[in-house]
Amino acid sequence: MNNMISLVSGLIFGFGLILAGMVNPAKVLGFLDLAGLWDPSLSLVMGGAIVVASAAFAKAKRRTKSMLGLPMHLTTPRHLDRRLIGGSILFGIGWGLAGICPGTALVLLGTGASKGLVIVAAMLVGMGLFEFLERRRTLHLVQHNADRLPS
Amino acid sequence: MLINWHSFSPLSATAGGVLIGFAASILILVNGRIAGISGIIGGLLRTKPGDIAWRATFVAGLIMAPVLFRLFAPLPDIHVDASLSILLLAGLLVGLGTRYASGCTSGHGVCGISRFSLRSAVATLTFMLAGFAIVFVMRHLLS
Repeated sequence: MNNMISLVSGLIFGFGLILAGMVNPAKVLGFLDLAGLWDPSLSLVMGGAIVVASAAFAKAKRRTKSMLGLPMHLTTPRHLDRRLIGGSILFGIGWGLAGICPGTALVLLGTGASKGLVIVAAMLVGMGLFEFLERRRTLHLVQHNADRLPS
Repeated sequence: MLINWHSFSPLSATAGGVLIGFAASILILVNGRIAGISGIIGGLLRTKPGDIAWRATFVAGLIMAPVLFRLFAPLPDIHVDASLSILLLAGLLVGLGTRYASGCTSGHGVCGISRFSLRSAVATLTFMLAGFAIVFVMRHLLS
């Protein structure tokens, strides 16, 4: 049942991106180009989404289980660190280079555009690289802590 | 600042945003999950048992959306101006950056701000500023 729900959620999310015109990278770049002819549409997409979702999240915060009785995955780390800032800078540069974010990349793939396949493949390589670096980092940390233990 | 009145589409943009907000609402209320797309895809690369199917179906929904949409209405014009090499670099940075930042336009920009997370507000401001900056460089300094 929860898989059915996430399929429907993904579909509606995709319809929203298409209806809003955000699946068109040129329109996203029109928003990011403040010094050119500016297209404010993206701010209304985010605004509309936030108004609706904030009502749902206000409800969600008071729940201990989801409507299907599943655990609520709502824990929020609060710290601001280099990973958050540095990662967001890298993402923003990538987003601004092509006008494509993870959601629109998947929708673009679904349109059959060959460039959709390219961006999704490159994005998966980037995410895979992150997993690789993370595993190496964890290994180093474990090693480091083991070295510090009295033998 | 000059507004591009020709391409500005307030009605469809707001309506699309409402749909996105609705999609995020059902995922959190019914499934207890946050509609953060980079996190949902990233989790598929970790293959934790019991954690795959809901992610895969959400991703399938996003990919199938244009296929179904096309049955009822034409897709909007899609222009990908980026060259192949820029596209590869962009995808790599989007994948790496969103995973380090634990979120993208959906996870931080929509869901995070909707729950008044300071972390998400800072992330959204940061990637927006980086996006504004790189577009300025590419369109107004380099070309």
